[in-house]
Amino acid sequence: MLSKRIIPCLDIKEGRVVKGVKFLGLRDAGDPVEVARAYDQQGADELVFLDITASFENRKTLVELVEKIASNIFMPFTVGGGIGEIQDIRNLLNAGAEKVSLNTQAVKFPELISAAAKRFGSQCIVVAIDAKKQIDHWEVFINGGRTPTGINAEVWAEKVARLGAGEILLTSMDCDGTKDGYDLELTQAITQKINIPVIASGGAGCLEDFYNVFAKANADAALAASLFHYQELSIKQVKSYLKERGVAVRLT
Amino acid sequence: MKIVIIDYGMGNIHSVAKSIQVCGVQPIITNKKNEINSADKIILPGVGAFDDAMVELKKLDLISVIQQQINGKKPFLGICLGMQLLLESSQEAKINQGLGILKGQVVKFSSRQDLKVPHMGWNDCKVVAKDCFLLSGISGQAQVYFCHSYYPEPADKSVIAATSSYGGEFSCVLHQDNVYGVQFHPEKSQAIGLKIIKNFVQLC
Repeated sequence: MLSKRIIPCLDIKEGRVVKGVKFLGLRDAGDPVEVARAYDQQGADELVFLDITASFENRKTLVELVEKIASNIFMPFTVGGGIGEIQDIRNLLNAGAEKVSLNTQAVKFPELISAAAKRFGSQCIVVAIDAKKQIDHWEVFINGGRTPTGINAEVWAEKVARLGAGEILLTSMDCDGTKDGYDLELTQAITQKINIPVIASGGAGCLEDFYNVFAKANADAALAASLFHYQELSIKQVKSYLKERGVAVRLT
Repeated sequence: MKIVIIDYGMGNIHSVAKSIQVCGVQPIITNKKNEINSADKIILPGVGAFDDAMVELKKLDLISVIQQQINGKKPFLGICLGMQLLLESSQEAKINQGLGILKGQVVKFSSRQDLKVPHMGWNDCKVVAKDCFLLSGISGQAQVYFCHSYYPEPADKSVIAATSSYGGEFSCVLHQDNVYGVQFHPEKSQAIGLKIIKNFVQLC
């Protein structure tokens, strides 16, 4: 049976993990390889690296970083942040990333999704959607949540699936950072609409939040950052809890 | 030992190469015929579209080389798309036939409403063959990383070495004589994946 995935997310700036990851036993908490290795040992199913500098000059650093991670850790990972060109995608995939995540550029140039899916296959094209609740719908925001687009998130999700995206990384801007749980309503609305996997993101605070997003909102994967970085919960704890409650997870 | 990874522009070379390296062999990444001909073992990786992959192999004039090497009983491992290319045809391909090493075709997961495609994530690898060296030491509980929308449907069921289940059973490891194919990504499947790679490296 296909397992529900638990995915830690790491912010990367100039090739280093930022926002601090406070694991015990890490020689260097800013080294993405060290952090990836620690999460690998904890039983993470995948990793997401988001490059928050995402400048042109930074591309080379990012590709080198991906190469370094892939040389050391034999698990799937996704890289996102500022990706706008087919050549960027090619370089990152060749360097060993399993998937790339598109966001702002996909909204501005939706044909990037179809071109990338056709060239590299849907399975490696993730579209990240940052959504915020409005009166009667959720609106898509771009540029790291700074710019509203007027686009309905449900409509956009359907469109990206149609264009060939293989997965959606869905972040609730309303829940992000609150630790009050994933946005079940939003996640459910999107998973009902489309037939590709959805990673829920934003709001994880306790064990039950993970159960709810899988059992009640039909997410395929749950992403969390600070919760894992600060060891408020370990991945093992989350997975043992989910297994007890009857959710299919991979125990290592 | 000389292990060659065929580089035909279809991604994912780096991770595969690294996984071979940690098993103690420095692989050669190449698209040159003489290198492929003089290899002890050959790996065909690949992610992307079936048609594009066959076009690239044709452009590099590698099709008959690969077929000859396989017919010459050289150990051969196809990974993901690299495995699908071993079959005769694919529902994904509009123009090109496959390499035809294994009889059968590559089909898409049915788009039934409750089945999400691509099939993405960790799923079981249930060994069904008794004597597949590639899978030696892999237990019934093994989970491996999948990331695909199509899967192989070999005509001869005896080549199925392992299966997985997603909206029904499908074959995830094929084995016929010197030819092995895996639908999942051993190079991304942590310890279990590395065991499979190691088995291929140690294969005599």
